[in-house]
Amino acid sequence: MSNIRKLTSKRLFLPIFCMILVMMVNIVYDVANGNFALSFFTISIRNGVLYGRLIDVLNRGSEVAILAIGMTLVVSSSAGTDISVGSVMSLSACMCCMLLAGYGVSSTSELAVPLIVGILGGLVVAVVCGCFNGFLVAYLGVQPMVATLILYSAARAIGLLLCNNLIVYVRNDAYKFFGGYLGIIPTPIVIAAICIAVMALLLKRTALGLYVQSVGINKKASRIAGLNSSRIILICFAISGLCAGIAGIVSSSRIYSADSNNIGLNYEMDAILGVALGGNSLGGGKFSLAGSIIGAYTIQAITTTLYALGVSTSVAPVFKAIIVIIIVAIQAPPFKAYLRQRSAKKASLAKGVQ
Amino acid sequence: MKSRKMNSNTLLLLITIGLFVVMYAVGCIIYGNKGFSHFQTFLNLLITNSGLLCVAAGMTCVMLTGGIDISVGGLIAMDCMFLAVGIDRWGWNSILLCVLVLVIGVVFGAAIGFLVGYLEIQPFIVTMAGMFFTRGMTAVICTDQVSISSGWFRDIASIKIYMPFNIGAYTNSKGVLQVPYIRVHVVIALIVLVVIFLMLRYTKFGRSLYAVGGNEVSATMMGLDVKKTKLKAYMLSSFLCSIGGICYCMNTLTGSVQQATGLEMDAISSAVIGGTLLTGGVGNVIGSFFGVLINGTISTLVKTNGKLLSSWSNIAVAALLCFFIVLQSIFALLKERRK
Repeated sequence: MSNIRKLTSKRLFLPIFCMILVMMVNIVYDVANGNFALSFFTISIRNGVLYGRLIDVLNRGSEVAILAIGMTLVVSSSAGTDISVGSVMSLSACMCCMLLAGYGVSSTSELAVPLIVGILGGLVVAVVCGCFNGFLVAYLGVQPMVATLILYSAARAIGLLLCNNLIVYVRNDAYKFFGGYLGIIPTPIVIAAICIAVMALLLKRTALGLYVQSVGINKKASRIAGLNSSRIILICFAISGLCAGIAGIVSSSRIYSADSNNIGLNYEMDAILGVALGGNSLGGGKFSLAGSIIGAYTIQAITTTLYALGVSTSVAPVFKAIIVIIIVAIQAPPFKAYLRQRSAKKASLAKGVQ
Repeated sequence: MKSRKMNSNTLLLLITIGLFVVMYAVGCIIYGNKGFSHFQTFLNLLITNSGLLCVAAGMTCVMLTGGIDISVGGLIAMDCMFLAVGIDRWGWNSILLCVLVLVIGVVFGAAIGFLVGYLEIQPFIVTMAGMFFTRGMTAVICTDQVSISSGWFRDIASIKIYMPFNIGAYTNSKGVLQVPYIRVHVVIALIVLVVIFLMLRYTKFGRSLYAVGGNEVSATMMGLDVKKTKLKAYMLSSFLCSIGGICYCMNTLTGSVQQATGLEMDAISSAVIGGTLLTGGVGNVIGSFFGVLINGTISTLVKTNGKLLSSWSNIAVAALLCFFIVLQSIFALLKERRK
């Protein structure tokens, strides 16, 4: 019993447990359909690129994983969530495609400006959005969710303006690369891996992670201890914006276009879900990047599994919503207190019997 | 000190009302030749936004407790779809369907209220899950766009209530006298507003909403059941939202998955523009009413212009919301400094 408790109290228990659960569902589904039991894990090479459901999860999950990096920092430092990431993704994609195609052009195969200018343009817009959110939260004391609500609705609209209400297509091989393949590996996986590695290194080599946690645990105390709390929160939101920008460009490169209404739709939900599933408290404070990343891929695995089970795209949110509620309900302090009370009662009853 | 505090809040409300009047006057001057200055244009604001009025009233109640409810857009979509499919495909009784919609609203609100009040989960997360749940359920009911083509519901919705004594009547270019009218759902929405206004001002429950939002700890010490109040607030919000859903459906007479997207944003911005504090404890329905009118005026102005992209109205509303949020936080900072 004590071993089980030790295991369940581990930080990474929840995400890994969920991941295993999803894989089990897949195996059961395959067996029930008479397929090879481990077909979820089979990786083969088709048409010169890696192929398999696991690769698909890793590939499609790249955006959520990248978003989860920024979201983890925001949740940890400000005890709120950044709900503008999906819209910022769309804005950054629109900016990038608009620059690459030229204003008002709806389809092009020639780049109007060098690729790097477009990419940087998209990323800069995203960082500016992040800083705007961060400024409202850190210096004006607005609740994070409400502050990011402004861009949640405005960013998509600004993106539409940038694209002149068109879906801008950039049919250029150099641009398609980000959503395509690097050798045999899908590029999004590589990009996500680089982002994760950079962030992990940043957290390990600098005191950023420590600062973020301390601000998240107690903003006032951190300020008295000599940290510039407001600036750290601002940095976290800026990083979240940058991550949204990267994810947006990857997402638009997959379909080599900027579809302002659909890029990044509902991604904020997946990112928040990934962070929560990763065992991070949505109330701020301590965080685990590894947990968030595993959580993000688990979310993608759930999505892929739901689609494999024949659930349609528009119905899938129902299941995700139920999963979120269960996860946050389990984490909720009153629920934990209730469980503790019950087990204490049981223990005292058992003692009485003896 | 007390009178000063009142001043800053009434000031916000006055700014809002002033803004609406200025905006409408500017619209009348610029687009007067396109019929903007007719009294009917103002009534059309009420007709198209009757659903939003109910939702904003509910949103105000929730925001008074310091919470937020972003599931309203999804709930309205679900209500509309349920009504449309129920009337048009299943052939159910309209009254029964309306009652069912209200019951679903209350049950849904109770579930959200329980999670927020008793399990102390952040309202944003819970209602966000609620939003995805209701949107998904809309798709479960039906994924097509269903329009209500016949029946009692449509008859009620198409009744025109003409203004008495021909107030604001004008003769159009063909020489026909046009008497301004409103529709049944406007009456419903206005009744809801009045009832909520009276409730917030004169009932025990209304006052306890303010107390909980103002300071939870002192509300508890005063002997208020904070958890129960929150539960009731979310139930009320979802109930009003369901009434709003019926009004909305009377206006559009269709049900579709994409309906009322971003309505939660409109409702929140209306309440905030109307002077409801996001931190809770301050606000009232009159402000939200003017917030809705400002929202409606912006989109009407953009539509009347005809050349502007519709996304401009989104941007304008977001910019206004940003302006009022900044204004609120500056007032809060000033108040803190004065202490």
